[in-house]
Amino acid sequence: MRFLFKTHYNQDIDHLKHGGDRFWYGLLLVLVAAAPAALGTFYLGELNLVMIYAIAGVGLMLLVGYTGQVSLGHAAFLAIGAYTHSLLLGAGLPFLLSIVAAVLVSALVGAGVGWIALRMTGIYLAIATLAFAMLTEQTISRAEWLTGGFRGLAVPQASLFGMPLTQGWQHYYVTLTLLVVTLLAALNILRSSTGRAMVAIRDSEISAESVGINLAVYKTLAFALSAGITGLAGALFAHRLGYLSPDAFTFLISLQLLLMVVVGGVGSMRGVIYGALFIGFLPQLLAIARDTLPPQIAQAPGLEPGIFGLILVLVILFEPQGIFGRWLKIKSYFQLFPLYRRATHRRQKTYLRTERLR
Amino acid sequence: MSYLAVEDLSISFGGIRAVDDVSFEVEEGEVFAIIGPNGAGKTTLFNLVSGIYFPDAGSVRFAGRDITSLPAHRIAPLGLARTFQNIELFEHATVLQNLLIGRHVHRRSTALSHLLFLPAVRREELEHRRRVEDVIDLLELAHYREQRIANLPYGVRKVVEVGRALCLEPKLLLLDEPTSGLNPEESEDMGFWIEDINRDLGVTVVMVAHDMGLVSRVAGRVLALNEGRVIAEGSAAEVQKNPAVVDAYLGAD
Repeated sequence: MRFLFKTHYNQDIDHLKHGGDRFWYGLLLVLVAAAPAALGTFYLGELNLVMIYAIAGVGLMLLVGYTGQVSLGHAAFLAIGAYTHSLLLGAGLPFLLSIVAAVLVSALVGAGVGWIALRMTGIYLAIATLAFAMLTEQTISRAEWLTGGFRGLAVPQASLFGMPLTQGWQHYYVTLTLLVVTLLAALNILRSSTGRAMVAIRDSEISAESVGINLAVYKTLAFALSAGITGLAGALFAHRLGYLSPDAFTFLISLQLLLMVVVGGVGSMRGVIYGALFIGFLPQLLAIARDTLPPQIAQAPGLEPGIFGLILVLVILFEPQGIFGRWLKIKSYFQLFPLYRRATHRRQKTYLRTERLR
Repeated sequence: MSYLAVEDLSISFGGIRAVDDVSFEVEEGEVFAIIGPNGAGKTTLFNLVSGIYFPDAGSVRFAGRDITSLPAHRIAPLGLARTFQNIELFEHATVLQNLLIGRHVHRRSTALSHLLFLPAVRREELEHRRRVEDVIDLLELAHYREQRIANLPYGVRKVVEVGRALCLEPKLLLLDEPTSGLNPEESEDMGFWIEDINRDLGVTVVMVAHDMGLVSRVAGRVLALNEGRVIAEGSAAEVQKNPAVVDAYLGAD
């Protein structure tokens, strides 16, 4: 078991806490950077998709896992990011500028949604965001003059620093860079007073107010941040799709994003990555399962959302901390061997709390 | 002009007047206790003062400023901190994080600079941490620093909540039953800490308490409430002998 001796407060602030962290994260970075050399086009594309999901997951995790505001409508922000980016790229804006614009537009819409949804919590908020996602889907399909409706919108070829992005590996590196930047930004927020205010709102709104946190400001900010990051994922997703149409951003995508956050482990950024891997490779698993199942079940409509929903319910029931929580348990089992007790991770009793004021 | 002046404060929930025409004044630097049987309106009074409820009538003035209609998050930066009777900590965060959240009113940097974690933000974080460590030393919480609230026993949570309030560096501290649910030893420690906070840090303390031993030890003046009304005010000994107070607790003939 490792005992960390701390000699400076900076050690609690730094992202990488000790030599082990630096070594393993460094190794991981080298591996993902070298992946294009080792992987074929198909798996590189899949890994690219996983990283796009991960970016969206970071956005949703900030909102769901750290601020405690549930959203069932994040596909809408993905769509807004994707359409904004494609339209601006088509209008001749450079790639990077157009991505920044997509982030800003999504964040602005997110702030609006967050501000409107301020008084709602829990299931009501989930329904409100779901309604917003449906509204967005409908708007995109009706606004044919802008988005092409169901005829679709071709995503223009992007080019970076004068170099056209045509190859899979080029997109891969763009996504990887943006994922690292997003993760760092999110972790920076979380280690500063803004992130702590978000956690405070998640755990107790009344005492958050009593220590001077303005609920309206921070909830709206969390929505804006979350939407902006999801919009970034949307812009990258557009290139992956090549052709945008409203039915690429359905409720199923929102559900998938939420599934990623919950399965990965609510309240941890590493959980996002685990969740993204899970979501990214779930369709392949489902395809394999389809081949082995009897056709009556395998061809049944609505099989996918059904399975997604089932996984969501089972994870919440049996492993509320998700894959990340399971990993922590396995790790402490080996660290404490042979002294590990199951009670170590049992959920503790919550003492009586002040009656909620709303 | 007194430090905290509550004047003719009233609030009703449905047909019940939870706080009815209550007035009192607290001087700077004193320890002021509010006692009364269950349902007397003590906690409601705290919620009115700290901006969680808004009164139907009356006013609250703090340090010469009218705070009657200010919401809680605007009262805290003026130097008023509080604890809750049933503990309202951030359960899924560590003790250290809870205390750092208490520093929120002292933040100077913007969310945009947090995104980039500029050097100024790091300096500010280190400053917050030093202040938090002072509180940890005072309340002897070093042993629990890295633990999540959800894993802590009740008595320690009670202390952490006082610690979080102290991290605001308040001028006035409202303690809602600081010793409820604590064993005699923990209660005694809490009594010493309240004295320390008052004398060494110069914080004015207003507390709701049931423990008359604690009240007589630390409080200079005592206000007794019953059914939302003030029934007595004075030193602990005076209030304890007051026939109206005895009636409220034990019932009149």
